[in-house]
Amino acid sequence: MNIAPELIHIAVALAAIAAFIGLNGLVLVWLERKVAGHIQRRPGPYEVGPWGLLQPVADAVKLVGKQLVRPKVADPWLYWSAPLLSFTPVFLLFLTIPFGPRLIGMEFNLGLLLILAFSGLNVLALCLAGWSSANKYSLLGAARAVAQSIAYEIPLLLAVLAIAFQFGTLNLSTIVHHQGPMPWQWNVMTQPLAFIIYFICAVAETNRAPFDLPEAESELTAGFHTEYSGMAFGLFFLAEYAYIIVISCVATVLFLGGWHGPGAPGFWWFLLKVYALIMVIIWLRWTYPRVRFDQLLNINWKWLLPLALVNLLLTLIFVKM
Amino acid sequence: MLHYAQEQLQGDYYTRAFQAGAQEDTLILNMGPQHPSTHGVLRIILELHGEYILRAEPVLGYVHRMQEKMGEVKTYPQYLPNMGRVDYLHALAWNWAYVLAVEELLQLEVPERAEYIRVITCELNRITSHLLWWGAYLLDLGAFTPIMYGFADRERAMDLLQIITGSRLTYCYYSFGGVTADLTPQFIDGTKEFCKYLRTRLPMYKDLVTDNMILRHRVDDIGIIPVDMARRYGVTGPNLRGSGVEHDLRRNTPYSIYDRFDFEIPAYEECDALARYLVRMDEMEESLSIIEQAIDSLPEGPVTPPKMPKVIKPPKGEAYGAVEGARGVIGIHVISDGTATPYRIKLRSPSFSNLSLFAEVSEGILLADAVSILGSLDLVIPEIDR
Amino acid sequence: MIKKTPKQSTLQGIKSLFVGLRVTGHNFVMPQITTHYPRQEVDNLVTYRGHIELVPKEDDPMTSKCILCGQCAKACPSNCIELVIRKEEVEPPPAAEAQPDADKEEAPPKPAPKKKVKRILEAFILDYNLCSLCGQCVQTCPVDSLEFSTNSYLAGFTREEFVFELLERMRKKYKASSSG
Ligand code: SF4
Ligand code: SF4
Repeated sequence: MNIAPELIHIAVALAAIAAFIGLNGLVLVWLERKVAGHIQRRPGPYEVGPWGLLQPVADAVKLVGKQLVRPKVADPWLYWSAPLLSFTPVFLLFLTIPFGPRLIGMEFNLGLLLILAFSGLNVLALCLAGWSSANKYSLLGAARAVAQSIAYEIPLLLAVLAIAFQFGTLNLSTIVHHQGPMPWQWNVMTQPLAFIIYFICAVAETNRAPFDLPEAESELTAGFHTEYSGMAFGLFFLAEYAYIIVISCVATVLFLGGWHGPGAPGFWWFLLKVYALIMVIIWLRWTYPRVRFDQLLNINWKWLLPLALVNLLLTLIFVKM
Repeated sequence: MLHYAQEQLQGDYYTRAFQAGAQEDTLILNMGPQHPSTHGVLRIILELHGEYILRAEPVLGYVHRMQEKMGEVKTYPQYLPNMGRVDYLHALAWNWAYVLAVEELLQLEVPERAEYIRVITCELNRITSHLLWWGAYLLDLGAFTPIMYGFADRERAMDLLQIITGSRLTYCYYSFGGVTADLTPQFIDGTKEFCKYLRTRLPMYKDLVTDNMILRHRVDDIGIIPVDMARRYGVTGPNLRGSGVEHDLRRNTPYSIYDRFDFEIPAYEECDALARYLVRMDEMEESLSIIEQAIDSLPEGPVTPPKMPKVIKPPKGEAYGAVEGARGVIGIHVISDGTATPYRIKLRSPSFSNLSLFAEVSEGILLADAVSILGSLDLVIPEIDR
Repeated sequence: MIKKTPKQSTLQGIKSLFVGLRVTGHNFVMPQITTHYPRQEVDNLVTYRGHIELVPKEDDPMTSKCILCGQCAKACPSNCIELVIRKEEVEPPPAAEAQPDADKEEAPPKPAPKKKVKRILEAFILDYNLCSLCGQCVQTCPVDSLEFSTNSYLAGFTREEFVFELLERMRKKYKASSSG
């Protein structure tokens, strides 16, 4: 009967994570639109609820209420499984993230590995969605998604490895414990290059502008999710935002000291940092044009990958010294 | 259950004709007529190898409205409102080309003040057109914010034009021998203010967009249109000037009173999308300076000719009016047979020529570059189809 | 003047990325410039040029200035103006004063002295569905009997709602303004 409390813990954690994703997804949608609005000197949503806070709820209701349409020639099994496949792994990702000193779904020695492994599943979902839609634009979008995700996963991994080498662990809580409360005690100070590489790759991994090529609407209408409607589209949408949260969480854990902060440490510091990162990501999106596909791959193979390797080597030398 | 004939499944006439020439292992893609980056109902059939374009063929005619035929059944003044609808972005230039042609037929003198007013409003309209192009082009390249800034500024110019023309987009403001309404002090003050305001905004545009590294990589060396290719297709306007030819009707064959103003004709020799982009950005500044000069030297006087014939019935003959629009040379050829309706009206739309070269430029480029090139040509689809 | 496009070094390029962020960041904290429509209204509606209206005579607001020449209907490119004219036999010495008839609300224009048939404007019908707001009618009217309204909030559910009887509108407007 040792195992039961563990199981209950995980079950509760999963439920909490579901609530967390749902809530944060809504907040993020609202935040994104609000920030976009203000950057463009508009109010953003402001009709539904105070400051338009209920707008994402209204959007969600609209999405749920819409008819799910499948192209006649699309493969039903693959077509419908893609959005689910895109969304479900997100749960597992949050499980190992330490939000606070004790606030963690599952203490797991290979937490970092788990996150990297399961976030890779998303590309499979995008690939399936694009392939099974039987739409040429979707297909092109899927091809882009695969090439992009796979390419950017490598420097991302290398950047993260540098941190793992530095502390000799893949356990996220341990990594946080190694960092202090003050900003100069965070890893971003010792590993600035890794942080920059990680951040760029993370933006690319989540298909956010300026790297939103798989869904570049001026080229591919909507890319891999061109044919999806209603909540099937909604799941892709939610998954995208969930991944943004995940990468921001991981960045916070690895580079920004996790729940540590001046004064009282706790999950509020964690959330603050996560949202600061998300704001930057949103800010980027509403500032830059989109890069071109070959340029995107060039940035990766010609700049990020060598830089990440150099960074890793330097880390190794320092660790061994 | 819907049932399709086999050939219906293979697309319409254009797709099938296009498909016949396709190689094996290529993808035929219909871009448009409903596509976010064709801005209107332009349709382009592409043969893709991966993301590289092997062949492209524009298909036109989705907003064909028989503008030329309409000219043959309406009286001369009745055709005026059509001019605002050919190119909805630079409507006043079309207005102008038409009244220019008819004025030549009628041997009408245009009063000084009306000429100045035409210059001011037409240049203001050119700025609104370029601002919209700027925003829409950046939207094509994936930046969402510039179009909002562009629109905010454009809105001010349109408010000004609304004061005197009463409309915001499809102006019908020029009349034979003059303009329909005089400038108001509100307009004059507002325009002076607008010129100052836009001059503070253009550096911001430069910081945000023109100098942006990502944008540079999207437009630099993309879509090279050499001068001889431009000549072959009859390209005019900013696109030609982007190919290093200093050709502008306002300078080369000055109509109206353009010879009185001091302005530059910006041209860049690189022939790429960046050159065309910069030409338009510079042109906005030149237009501002023209407007300022015109307002400063605005003479008093009537805005319509003293003696107007009651019924517009030009004598037998033909006339050609050509002006420099935001997209190039707008030419209108009117043939009169002595009655109250024109015998024939031919509209030369610059976008049509500018689009024609797309098939040649787009060979072997990436799909994303095709979007960039299409945007840099600044096409207005209703103008192409007429 | 043929210029060369300015080139950019990588370093300048990277700097430009931050400059771009500064521009959007600056705009983020600037006040909004939109007009929150139902609560606020744009201030330039007075210069809006809506559908045409008949202009009443200065001395008699129930009759229009129109002299029934039909020029506007002829000039309109979209054929949206229709004049309904009633002819009436008049006594040889034409009455100098029009009798304001409460029921019929006649609008007798000044007829030529010799004619015995008086033409009366029964209705001035504008089919706004077809109107392109070009202004040809206003320009051609010899007595300035037409003007543009500034009514920008025009909405309706059927096409029929946009077929206006301008004479009636003019009178209603006068009545509303004189009673209110
Ligand atoms: S504005 Fe033009 S279209 Fe409308 S009624 Fe007058 S002439 Fe006809
Ligand atoms: S042109 Fe003027 S006067 Fe003549 S019918 Fe029309 S409104 Fe009446």
